[in-house]
Amino acid sequence: MAELNTGDGGGGKNGGKVRSKKQSSKVDLTAMVDLAFLLITFFMLTTSLSKPQSMDLSLPDKNPDETKKDETKVDENRTMTVMLKADNKMTYYMGLLEAPKVGPKDIAYGKDGIRRELLKQKQNVLAYSAAKGNPGKGIIVIIKPTKKSNYRNLVDILDEMAITGVDTYAIVPEFTPEETKLAEKN
Amino acid sequence: MAKIKMKKKSTSTDMTAMCDVAFLLLTFFILTATAKVPEALPVDTPSSTVQSKLPDSDLAIITVGKGKVFFDIKGRETRKKTLEGMGAKYGLTFTEDEQNKFALMDDFGVPITGLKSIIEMKAADRTKANQGGIPIDSLDNQLKDWLLISRRATIDLSGGTKELQIAIKGDAKEEYPRIKKIMDILQDQKINSFNLVTGMRGKDF
Repeated sequence: MAELNTGDGGGGKNGGKVRSKKQSSKVDLTAMVDLAFLLITFFMLTTSLSKPQSMDLSLPDKNPDETKKDETKVDENRTMTVMLKADNKMTYYMGLLEAPKVGPKDIAYGKDGIRRELLKQKQNVLAYSAAKGNPGKGIIVIIKPTKKSNYRNLVDILDEMAITGVDTYAIVPEFTPEETKLAEKN
Repeated sequence: MAKIKMKKKSTSTDMTAMCDVAFLLLTFFILTATAKVPEALPVDTPSSTVQSKLPDSDLAIITVGKGKVFFDIKGRETRKKTLEGMGAKYGLTFTEDEQNKFALMDDFGVPITGLKSIIEMKAADRTKANQGGIPIDSLDNQLKDWLLISRRATIDLSGGTKELQIAIKGDAKEEYPRIKKIMDILQDQKINSFNLVTGMRGKDF
């Protein structure tokens, strides 16, 4: 590859005259190009990957005016309440706490835990709504982060909402005494 | 019959042009890359699968970790104007030099009275300075003022076309009430939509 054929032009014949060897002017650039491309790849990837990722979160407007508080009634058959507890634990139930349809049960984060349950309940609720004559009304998830839950739990559960495609959810950090009891039970 | 002699071609190609292009690109990427400055409050962000990139300018990042709150605004002009506004509100004057320095620094977490000493420090010392966080108590809520004034600054500088976006960068282990408190401060100013800074992960976890 490299032009290193330095022509030995029969220097010995010319009566002891020392001739400087004719060097080829070409240099092998392969290694240099290799290195350059390696560095390009490195800089390209680091510049685009170092940008922080983010997750959008929109909260409902806080209503300071108590008289205007809207009393939206929701079908309890469509609601699922997820309580984020201490030590990365979580409890969920469907419907009202007094008469839960499913649960209350402890469940783990991740694809074998809450995600499978969310997808299942989502299907159930869609079937239920269709049977009642208003199809398209999906599940409503109420996320209740307790004081002992951490930020990772919140992001994880919001992420599950994004993955499972549940678009009606609310973060409600308010607890009735019964709910507090349930949240503190391990 | 005359034999057709194949011409012996050299296997080596001329790499000069390729090398030129490669180094040109390399130079470009090196120059456009911004050096990562160590953060004053390092946090371990939780990861999510949602991937939307944060903007480079008109962004305020509230960092929450170890019980402290730090604040950072992107965009030099916005920073200068915000500092001016904060100085006016708290009866402090910042010199031109201090404003320029403030425009170039990163996140900070000190009460407004201690800001001057942080500005004077060298970048390497700021991370070691053990900053105590911005007060967010109801009696002395400086974060609220920072937010309000930086939002006004963004609107003034862009002539009302742009709004400041807010991002919360929380530590994964931070307890929920503290995050809730920050969200409450934002919601008190009718900021109902904001970003949560997260890391990246696949869907299979």
